[in-house]
Amino acid sequence: MIKTIRPKLELLSRRFIEKIIDEAYEILDKQGIFVENKEALKLFSQAGMKVEKKTHRVHLKRRLVEKCLTTAPAVIKLYDRTGEREYTVGGDEVHFDPGSAAVTILDHKTGEERKPETKDLVDYCRLTECLDNIHFQSTGLISSDVPHPIADIYRLYFGLVFSRKPVVTGTFRVESFRPMKDLLAAVRGGDKELAAKPLAIFDACPSPPLKWSNLTTQSLIDAARAGLPSELISMGMTGATSLVTISGTLVQHVAENLCGVAIVQLAKKGAPVIFGGSPSSFDMRRGTTPMGAIETMMIDVGYAQIGKYLNLPTHAYMGLSDAKTNDAQAGLETGLGAVLGALAGVNVISGPGMLDFESCQSLEKLVIDDEICGMAYRLISGIAQREDPIATDKFEGFTPETQFLSMPHTKKWYRLEHSYPVIADRDTYDAWVALGKKPIADRASEHVEKILRSNPPALVEKDVRNELTRILTAYAKANGIASLPALP
Amino acid sequence: MKKEELFARIEKAIIEGRKSEAEDLAREAVKAKIDLTEVIEKGYVPGIQKVGDLWEKGDYFLPELITSAECMKAAMAVLQPELDKANIKTKTKGKVVIGTVEGDIHDIGKNLVASMLSANGFDVVDLGADVKLEKFIEKAEETKADFICLSALLTTTMLGQKKAIELLRQKNLYGKFKVLVGGAPANQKWAEEIGADGYAENAMLAVKLAKRLMGA
Ligand code: B12
Repeated sequence: MIKTIRPKLELLSRRFIEKIIDEAYEILDKQGIFVENKEALKLFSQAGMKVEKKTHRVHLKRRLVEKCLTTAPAVIKLYDRTGEREYTVGGDEVHFDPGSAAVTILDHKTGEERKPETKDLVDYCRLTECLDNIHFQSTGLISSDVPHPIADIYRLYFGLVFSRKPVVTGTFRVESFRPMKDLLAAVRGGDKELAAKPLAIFDACPSPPLKWSNLTTQSLIDAARAGLPSELISMGMTGATSLVTISGTLVQHVAENLCGVAIVQLAKKGAPVIFGGSPSSFDMRRGTTPMGAIETMMIDVGYAQIGKYLNLPTHAYMGLSDAKTNDAQAGLETGLGAVLGALAGVNVISGPGMLDFESCQSLEKLVIDDEICGMAYRLISGIAQREDPIATDKFEGFTPETQFLSMPHTKKWYRLEHSYPVIADRDTYDAWVALGKKPIADRASEHVEKILRSNPPALVEKDVRNELTRILTAYAKANGIASLPALP
Repeated sequence: MKKEELFARIEKAIIEGRKSEAEDLAREAVKAKIDLTEVIEKGYVPGIQKVGDLWEKGDYFLPELITSAECMKAAMAVLQPELDKANIKTKTKGKVVIGTVEGDIHDIGKNLVASMLSANGFDVVDLGADVKLEKFIEKAEETKADFICLSALLTTTMLGQKKAIELLRQKNLYGKFKVLVGGAPANQKWAEEIGADGYAENAMLAVKLAKRLMGA
């Protein structure tokens, strides 16, 4: 049987990659990079790097970073809430998760963005749980009916209560890491158990150009010590916070991420770290950060290729859109991103459900995107030979009357070779009219309701839930918050 | 060089975003002892106004806009000491204290707003990012500001906009400054809810809003 090719997209030659990396190293050494975190500065100092105390500028030597790269794992394992299902993050494996930390939700009934509430958060977690092509969940909505200081941990609580999937998350405050880790450990039954089977990834963004803030550096250090993977989210905005050229933005991206890898490895040798990002082709007209721009996706594919070259797992913000509603633009940008990301073999792709520049989640879009991700998975599974011979034996005794539909061969393969979407419209014109000429968002909305109605919540066991609730309320109390919305 | 010719060259330097030329022309004006308020009113201001027009028409994009705004700033830095020496008060459109609220390091949007306000004749004190709420009020009092502009990009930090207004109330200073809010999670409704004087979605609209609130 001839081997199936895994289709792949590459945008950079090997020489180009090496040049970008060389220049990144040169900048890290000569110009240095700002790290506004005492502990990290101490780690760098101890490793023999020149640290300018006043300015927090570190001059990073190539040999140190290269050493750190040798201890960073090429492949990371994540486990779901039950600890039974294992996910490989590395190689050319692709896992989609909803774009995270939306500030608003698109209300299908009014067609307008509004602030999400606890109920939306629950629906969102339950829905994500049921979508087959979305492998991970993300703490994707910021609930507006809880006091802000606990917003980051609140969303994680619901994710763990209502879904089994591993979580892509992150902290908004330095103090939040501890309770968030405690929630995760409560599910696993201890810190050691959590480190052995990580349940979550923590996103941490450098601040372009060439700076790691106190908050996100601390997150890198804390996650490393807890044995949890960090995702480095470098995000140059071309011409605004990084050079305007795509190649120039890649150099800065690589420099910032390499510094992140070094921080993680110095905090704990061998700790898992993912080479990710959320750069954008800055819109020079409107001052916005379009995630659906083809140039944004080119930067993503470019740094992912470099991440692979460095032998690290990769991540990108792709498969999302800047449209404000579920229109043609939303489908186009999401489809392009999901397909290009999958072809590039990006391991974690965050984006589904997102609209309006990483700021609005839509449940309808999430189910549409699940189908899009399914198409991307189908594409990268490639064209398989399936049988030997491929066809000649099936044509034996061929006549014009040969029936393909009833051939055993057809029945054997049709579900494996082809997919049958629920939401995309493949009806005849008359059937479409008869069904009310419904736009895709309406069909998606019906589907959302059907999923939520027919799937009982994947609730965590009662005693774990009690422990999670205890941690959440204790943390809320410590922050002077006496009561939380009635927990569903 | 005739006065009119100088004004025309200044205007052009601003429109085309040539910084060293904008500065040199300011020095030339000082040397020639031309009335500096006239230099500003007839050279620099028309220049930046044309830049605004070109932006609105869609001919200019952010790089042109910001380059011109920076030229304006550089030229004003040359003229300001001279004006101070001669004790001349220039007509400012209003005094602004701006910053990103505490806990929040997003500052790109805030910088754009500050640049555009400054280029359009506002006197801007930029406190930077991650700024303590008290600091905004102190600085506003100290500089007798007309505006306090609060930027916040996180749902957690946007609460700082509300707290700042509460703080003004506590100190009996509410109403003394016009408070403007902005950043991704903010909107008109939020501004009204917390008792701010205005919200704007982008830097150009922020300039319009501030001008309107100053009755200009
Ligand atoms: C770039 C960016 C960053 C950069 C910021 C670099 C910098 N120097 O500013 C970095 C990488 C550092 C960063 C870090 C983080 N970020 Co961030 N970031 C963004 C991003 C992609 C774009 C923001 C931006 O610069 N836009 C371009 C500028 C020009 O637009 P703007 O800021 O909106 O400003 C315009 C208007 O709003 C208005 N305006 C702005 N201020 C004011 C003020 C006044 C008075 C007025 C009138 C108008 C006005 O005019 C401006 C010009 O037109 C947004 C996504 C988004 N859609 O906003 C996320 C986003 C804001 N970030 C987010 C998060 C979560 C974070 C982190 C917590 C992530 C982490 N765990 O590491 C950290 C926070 C660190 C901290 N404590 O602040 C979330 C916020 C979610 C939430 N619910 O709060 C967002 C929405 C992305 C997401 N969905 O995850 N981020």
